[in-house]
Amino acid sequence: MNRSELLLSIAKKKVLILDGAMGTMIQRYQLSEEDFRTPDLADHPKPLKGNNDLLSLSRPDVVKAIHAAYLDAGADILETNTFSGTSIAQEDYGLQHLAYEINFQSAKIAREVADAFTLKNPDKPRFVAGALGPTNKTASLSPDVNDPGYRAISFDQLAEAYKEQVKGLLDGGADILLVETIFDTLNAKAALFAIQEVFEERNIPLNPEEGGIPIMISGTITDASGRTLSGQTTEAFLISVSHVPLFSVGLNCALGAKELRPYLKVLADNTPFFVSAYPNAGLPNEFGQYDQGATEMANQVEEFLKEGHVNILGGCCGTTPEHIAAIAKLAEKYQPRKVELVNTGDE
Amino acid sequence: MSKIQKHNTLKLSGLEPLVFTPEINFVNIGERTNVTGSKKFARLILNGQYDDALEVALDQVRGGAQILDVCMDEGMLDGVAAMQKFLNLIASEPEISRIPIMVDSSRWEIILAGLKCIQGKGIVNSISLKNGEEEFIDQAKTIKKFGAAVVIMAFDEEGQADTYQRRVEICKRSYEILVNRVNFNPDDIIFDPNIFPVATGMDEHRRNALDFFLATKWIKENLPGAKVSGGVSNVSFSFRGNNPVREAMHAAFLYHAIKHGMDMGIVNPSMLEIYDDIPKDLLEKVEDVLFDRKEDATEALLAFAETVKSDGKKEVVSEIWREELVEKRIEYALVKGIIDHIIKDTEEARLKYQNPLKVIEGPLMDGMNVVGDLFGEGKMFLPQVVKSARVMKKAVAYLEPFMPKVGDLDYNQEQSSIKKILLATVKGDVHDIGKNIVGVVLACNSYQIIDLGVMVDAQKIIDEAVKNKVDIIGLSGLITPSLDEMVHVASEMERMGLKIPLLIGGATTSRIHTAVKIDPVYSGTVIHVTDASKSVPIAGEAISEETKAAYHQEIKQLYRDLRIAHEAKQQVKQLVSYDAAKSNPVFIDWDAYEPIVPAKEGLTVVESLDLNILRKYIDWTPFFSTWMLSGRFPKILEDPIVGDEAKRLFEDANQMLDRIIKENWLQAKAVLGLFPVKRDGDDLRVLGMSKDFVFHFLRQQGKKGKGVPNRSLIDYIHPEKTDYFGGFAVTAGWGIEEKLKEFQQSHDDYHDIMLKALADRLAEAGAEYLHELVRKEIWAYAPSEFLENEALIKEEYAGIRPAPGYPACPEHSEKRTLFDLLKVEQNIGITLTDSFAMYPTSSVSGFYFGHPESKYFGLGKIGEDQVIDYAMRKGVSKAQAEKWLSPNLAYSPSLKVQEQEL
Repeated sequence: MNRSELLLSIAKKKVLILDGAMGTMIQRYQLSEEDFRTPDLADHPKPLKGNNDLLSLSRPDVVKAIHAAYLDAGADILETNTFSGTSIAQEDYGLQHLAYEINFQSAKIAREVADAFTLKNPDKPRFVAGALGPTNKTASLSPDVNDPGYRAISFDQLAEAYKEQVKGLLDGGADILLVETIFDTLNAKAALFAIQEVFEERNIPLNPEEGGIPIMISGTITDASGRTLSGQTTEAFLISVSHVPLFSVGLNCALGAKELRPYLKVLADNTPFFVSAYPNAGLPNEFGQYDQGATEMANQVEEFLKEGHVNILGGCCGTTPEHIAAIAKLAEKYQPRKVELVNTGDE
Repeated sequence: MSKIQKHNTLKLSGLEPLVFTPEINFVNIGERTNVTGSKKFARLILNGQYDDALEVALDQVRGGAQILDVCMDEGMLDGVAAMQKFLNLIASEPEISRIPIMVDSSRWEIILAGLKCIQGKGIVNSISLKNGEEEFIDQAKTIKKFGAAVVIMAFDEEGQADTYQRRVEICKRSYEILVNRVNFNPDDIIFDPNIFPVATGMDEHRRNALDFFLATKWIKENLPGAKVSGGVSNVSFSFRGNNPVREAMHAAFLYHAIKHGMDMGIVNPSMLEIYDDIPKDLLEKVEDVLFDRKEDATEALLAFAETVKSDGKKEVVSEIWREELVEKRIEYALVKGIIDHIIKDTEEARLKYQNPLKVIEGPLMDGMNVVGDLFGEGKMFLPQVVKSARVMKKAVAYLEPFMPKVGDLDYNQEQSSIKKILLATVKGDVHDIGKNIVGVVLACNSYQIIDLGVMVDAQKIIDEAVKNKVDIIGLSGLITPSLDEMVHVASEMERMGLKIPLLIGGATTSRIHTAVKIDPVYSGTVIHVTDASKSVPIAGEAISEETKAAYHQEIKQLYRDLRIAHEAKQQVKQLVSYDAAKSNPVFIDWDAYEPIVPAKEGLTVVESLDLNILRKYIDWTPFFSTWMLSGRFPKILEDPIVGDEAKRLFEDANQMLDRIIKENWLQAKAVLGLFPVKRDGDDLRVLGMSKDFVFHFLRQQGKKGKGVPNRSLIDYIHPEKTDYFGGFAVTAGWGIEEKLKEFQQSHDDYHDIMLKALADRLAEAGAEYLHELVRKEIWAYAPSEFLENEALIKEEYAGIRPAPGYPACPEHSEKRTLFDLLKVEQNIGITLTDSFAMYPTSSVSGFYFGHPESKYFGLGKIGEDQVIDYAMRKGVSKAQAEKWLSPNLAYSPSLKVQEQEL
């Protein structure tokens, strides 16, 4: 049984647990500028503090420790430390040339930690999801309100950058690709386009049922309007990304579990794919901090589980191993969402 | 347990989902945003008026389109760039981008460009097996990666499917390739099995509708998931001009096509009868044809069609409407534009109402409101509305002597609630067709029009506005210097403390100019009006007590935003320096070219051009657009929507032309000259004249792609040797005033506008004719050229005749030099106003360039460096040059926009 088949077979039996926030955990280490600099970057002209993805190169020990903490808490799937790992996002730091390296190393680190845990407990195999973030530019919105036709980035540029990221993640050993925190569906479509191109080049089947590398998609509903930043409703978003045989489709970030619930239901009611959710630890307080505790979050997440709307659960901004442990414990009590395919017209 | 439907559901999305559930009977595709289908849209895109083009899209959505078809396949367009730009703009308009996009192109690179701009799941229209399986598979694979649905034309290597068998065979083959070899989602496959005309009289067309139905049914039953689409209006092609029959055919076709499984298509809602409302006898004959049920079905429908022609109907009804109440008769006369009985009916109404004003405000205005509504809904066209206005004016003129005068007992200062609108063409400008049309349209909507005519200065506009207590002032202008004059009028209005809303209209005006230049100088409401039909709602909102305050705020805010946007854009405009532009001229291999000495140098004066000849040179397309009927001539005469009206208008125009010629209404004259010239930088010196004549040309400064030059007209002149060049002026406007006066006295706007439009066409025809003469005889660089009028209109000849004030050389003051060189005023009497407008209006002037490489182009925006250079070359101040060139400046000269308090 290869890893995709293994993952699929587990997903049919239980609710899979994703890890929690990387950034929140990194903050606890109180890192300094020096921590972000590899020897090669000692003289890099731009400040690098805050470029968390770079820690995979400069402080792999920190990243590995965080991964291990989440696996200890009960996560089945680790997300690689590559949220800003495209050359587009790295350009802010003048590090676009390191994009492949960051993705490769991040996947490799996560792989090592996951393999070590699997070895310790072969009954609970752990997986690595290579994370593809939204980048800091949008292909269907103009950054200039006065020039609505303008675009800071094109589809082709995005697809090119994502291709590089996908190659790095796959070469580093990712089991899954996770296109996440989608503000603008066109960016996500460029990521899906890039994934398909790389798969085609490497003769990887697109469908996980045929042994392909599973693809997860996770959109972000920005506020109570129920729409993505680029204006799509949840269902329109779902339709726009369903051309690829996905492993899962879901929502993350921006909202807490309670606020996410109605939109998650839209996905659950309309997709044949597995459904994922990794909300924030509530909504940020007036200082921009997330103060929802693990128990409170778990209680809200329990609603999804009761309704049978999810297959994969985890946490986004503000969540910690405590949150993930609470969610993992809870999820053991519930069955994952089941899909029955019916013919048109059947009720 | 989530129950998810397995199959047969096509799901599309814009910002919102469009799911083809079984409850959705039929999905309507909006196709006015298609440059091949809509003349208006094509023009807007070609002119770069993307804001207005967005309006077209918005109208489609508001009109109920569930999918928006966007097509940019037009030879003059950079289709890839246009598709990208338009789709990006659509993405910023949530009301439009709500619905899915259909990326429509026959060019693969445009389809790709479109797919890269849509975040939702759209449709590609279309691909087919036309060029074989390999290309088909490649394209389908790519479309799949983008996640779009696809329309497959029933077309293969052998050609288009035209029988049931071929339709089935091609669709089956396409489907099998897509599903089995490309792994394409069958729910995302849409077939277009070709809707072809029926009742054409040709035997091979008899089964066209039936075969479509049967093929549709077969597809739906045998190709799981697949959908069927098509363009419905094709089916009734042979009944062009007979709308009752066409509407019935569309309704019946659609009814049966949907029953057979058609899912979506392009249908013009205004050309659709309700199936149940089709008269039974007509329906039977239509269905006989659609189903090929009877041997003589076509003949029977044709015979029947004769009896339901709109004209026939009118005659039968004409007796009946005379028996209605007087109010109904007046309404009927207004709607139908029938002038015969209007005096009699008005008199009857006057006696009935015992007050002439009550007649105007009552039955006459009610009738005109009906006209206004029908026009607003697109059910009446401008020429018809102008005829309605003629009836109205005649009635009002009849009532005037009965109106109470100042001093009469029953005279009341505020006697009327009718709103007044003052219209004027500004000083320096003599064009008024557009203004008159706006006047007519507004008059149809219960406004009283005070028309001050042309060349009206600011003082007079203000005096008359105050005296007549008008509710709105509308300014019009066609030439660019009028833009400045409008700014002047607005600032004078501000100085005099007026608060009356100001409407700005005319060919060179634009929303952005209004926002940037006019709005800031006037604290009242200033609104740019794109065309006559828009003037009604705008005027309404600007003066209605309920809406005007909010509208003022809204418009001020909108224009302020536009200004800020404009300022922001100025800074990012991609320009190269004038020096860089000069070093990237049009490449011409001058070693291989010897300037051609004209057969006849110097001036040629044509005292009288034969109108019989000019008539053959008329380009009719612009004539129809003057009347707001869009479409290319002669195809417009067969247009399903405006065809009937266009035909009527064309007949009237030709009748008037007959009279113009026979009764000598107009005289056409021309002068032209060909001269040796020498290039001097971007200037052109005329040689061998007693006085110095120098023409100053401008050069494109936009950043160009590799191998694309920064053009200037001067590039077509030999850089070193003595070359040749010419100029011309032609008018067809002599004698027009007298005739116009006659029409105005009889309140006949229809013939007034018609004559002006025809005189304009004749002047243009004169320019075309002269140009041919120049090419073949006078300059004689193309002595053996032979082109039909169609080819002339398409400019398939060598050499160009750009006019000062038009895109290649937009600076109007060069006309002064041209006029002096040709002694135009002495020779044929055309004069120039202060703003360099020609009088008589029906005149054309321009330059001749003979080099075979010479091409028309648009100057675009230019930088301050070139303006400084141009001012020096021309010997005028920089400020003067900036004023003349203001529409082309890529920067805002010195003054910053003054923001007003909102």
